[in-house]
Amino acid sequence: MSVLVGADTRLVVSGITGREGTFHTLNNRDYGTNVVAGVTPGKGGQDVEGIPVFNTLHESVDKAGANTAMIFVPPRFAADSILEAEDAGIELIIAITEGIPAHEELRLYNHIKSRGTSRLIGPNCPGILSPGKANVGIIPASFFSEGQVGVVSRSGTLTYQIGNELAQKGFGNSSIVGIGGDPVPGSGFIDIIELFEADPQTELIVMSGEIGGDSEEQAAEYIRDHVTKPVVGYIAGFTAPPGKQMGHAGAIVSGSQGTAVAKAEAMEACGIRVGRTPTAVAEIVAEQLGA
Amino acid sequence: MDLLEYQGKELLARQGVPVPNGHAAKTVDEAVAAAEQIGYPCVVKAQVQIGGRGKAGGIKLANNVEEAREHSEAILGMDIRGLTVHEVWVEEASDIASEYYASIVFDRSAKAPLVLLSTKGGMDIEAVADEDPDAIARLHVDPLLGFQDFHGRRLAFDAGVDEDVVRPIGQMLAKLYGAFCDEEAMLIEVNPLIITTDRQVKALDAKVTLDNNALFRHPENAALSDPSNEDPQELMAKERDLTYVKLDGDIGILGNGAGLVMSTLDVVAQAGGSPANFLDAGGGSKAEAITAAVEVILSDPKVKAVLFNIFGGITRCDEVAKGLIEAFAQIKPTVPFVVRLDGTNDEAGRKLLADANLPNVHAEATMLAAAERVVELAK
Repeated sequence: MSVLVGADTRLVVSGITGREGTFHTLNNRDYGTNVVAGVTPGKGGQDVEGIPVFNTLHESVDKAGANTAMIFVPPRFAADSILEAEDAGIELIIAITEGIPAHEELRLYNHIKSRGTSRLIGPNCPGILSPGKANVGIIPASFFSEGQVGVVSRSGTLTYQIGNELAQKGFGNSSIVGIGGDPVPGSGFIDIIELFEADPQTELIVMSGEIGGDSEEQAAEYIRDHVTKPVVGYIAGFTAPPGKQMGHAGAIVSGSQGTAVAKAEAMEACGIRVGRTPTAVAEIVAEQLGA
Repeated sequence: MDLLEYQGKELLARQGVPVPNGHAAKTVDEAVAAAEQIGYPCVVKAQVQIGGRGKAGGIKLANNVEEAREHSEAILGMDIRGLTVHEVWVEEASDIASEYYASIVFDRSAKAPLVLLSTKGGMDIEAVADEDPDAIARLHVDPLLGFQDFHGRRLAFDAGVDEDVVRPIGQMLAKLYGAFCDEEAMLIEVNPLIITTDRQVKALDAKVTLDNNALFRHPENAALSDPSNEDPQELMAKERDLTYVKLDGDIGILGNGAGLVMSTLDVVAQAGGSPANFLDAGGGSKAEAITAAVEVILSDPKVKAVLFNIFGGITRCDEVAKGLIEAFAQIKPTVPFVVRLDGTNDEAGRKLLADANLPNVHAEATMLAAAERVVELAK
């Protein structure tokens, strides 16, 4: 098993004909992901290396049976594309696009939640990789193998770093889920940890957070109360000064809120061991899994 | 993006929020002319993004033209906790009966705007929240519904405002909420929100933070700047489309992806070093971007050594290597570089660097080893 993407995934890519969209779609297909369709308004009837292109996401559902959408369109069109995917009844929407305005994310989150039929991952995320099964997004899959560690992270490249440290100690992954670095992610740590807890392949969960907001603190309490599997944490941004946005729109310490120290302490208070470097995370995982 | 007080007030005024009449000025003569036009008494206020302006002598009341000139001369060019005052805001003095507090916060945790109202304005609201949390009325607004009249009434009654201003306060909050949504703000804080002796409700201060990701829809906001808060390296990085944050140390840092760069800063600090900057070269950066990034990092004279920490996903390590080689050709750095390349095309990148045999460039295989090496070289 794995979470969210796997053998049952039938992927449609919104923005498939763009340069990046095409490149990553084909990468995902080469990995073994079942890419059933692409969407670019006005280019319906064309194909991208054999993948049929439709004008609307609704058509991709009706004609190609898509059940997962990857959003790869520029920020000013991305919210609309996400809403279209939700309206088309697509269960899982993975938004890679970076730079969607925060107020639009607020509307997306609340609308999707009130309808209760779709799950949004991202925006501004690297996607989801279930090694050996499917890759949806931009995670460089060659660094990861199938295994028992589930990873959930707010960052992309930092996830690769942690995954690589785990791989060097001989650990593979059930799934790697990037939830994104924006202020209002469609899914949070808790949503993904709940899935890993229920996934038989996952024996241990690594959660990688960063400064800003309080989602790590909320997740820590959830883990204390509801999770039986071991969880190892990491937080980036101990050296970040207050008031400065560290790259990600969501990575900002405001006043005394959202500091790395506060997050690490909250996690430790809930019984979660926190590695201070990616290397230390892998060492703790090795201890916990008795390797 | 954080706005100066006067920029925030002009934004609020555009949205129909009552603010005292005033003008911004960059020179003493402009400030005096503004005072003459507004009339006396008027207030000369230093425009810098830092608290405690009043205590530092950056806010003064002028009763006549001589005082307006004297205060403007004193305040323009003044240093307030490390920030130089380049602009003042001259505004009509207000007759204050009460000082309240109002704000709209983008509450990430609740995924909804949070409206706060208190009758304890004019002081540090965090202190009020600590000492007397019940003095602050709070309400989340469903972003799909928007601000309704009942929201305003509830907040006004809960906060215990004077009864004659319940309606005007509700209207004020509705306008602030409108500004929050229309201008796509992350924060609007009015402290104090005043009731004048003739029972008008006005915003006497304004702290506005805008969403950078939404600026493309608001060209008039995108054009605003704060000359007192612009670091030369940060400006240079902005022109080159790089994400750069200046820090205090002496080790230049370049990485790809915000999370990895933050983590790199932490690992360098744990190894006993002090990072000079945060620089995210971004996903998929080409050689030119890397060359430009080296230029920005080295323009900070404090930098004694530079660390490249790359884990390529979209970013290709051979492009990073080409960019570094080009930077050496153009800039001829004199400080040591430590380079760690992993990920897409890492072998090609490492080979390019080895073949180029750049002076004082050290390759390391892991992030930890690279951090330790650069700390040693910066000593």
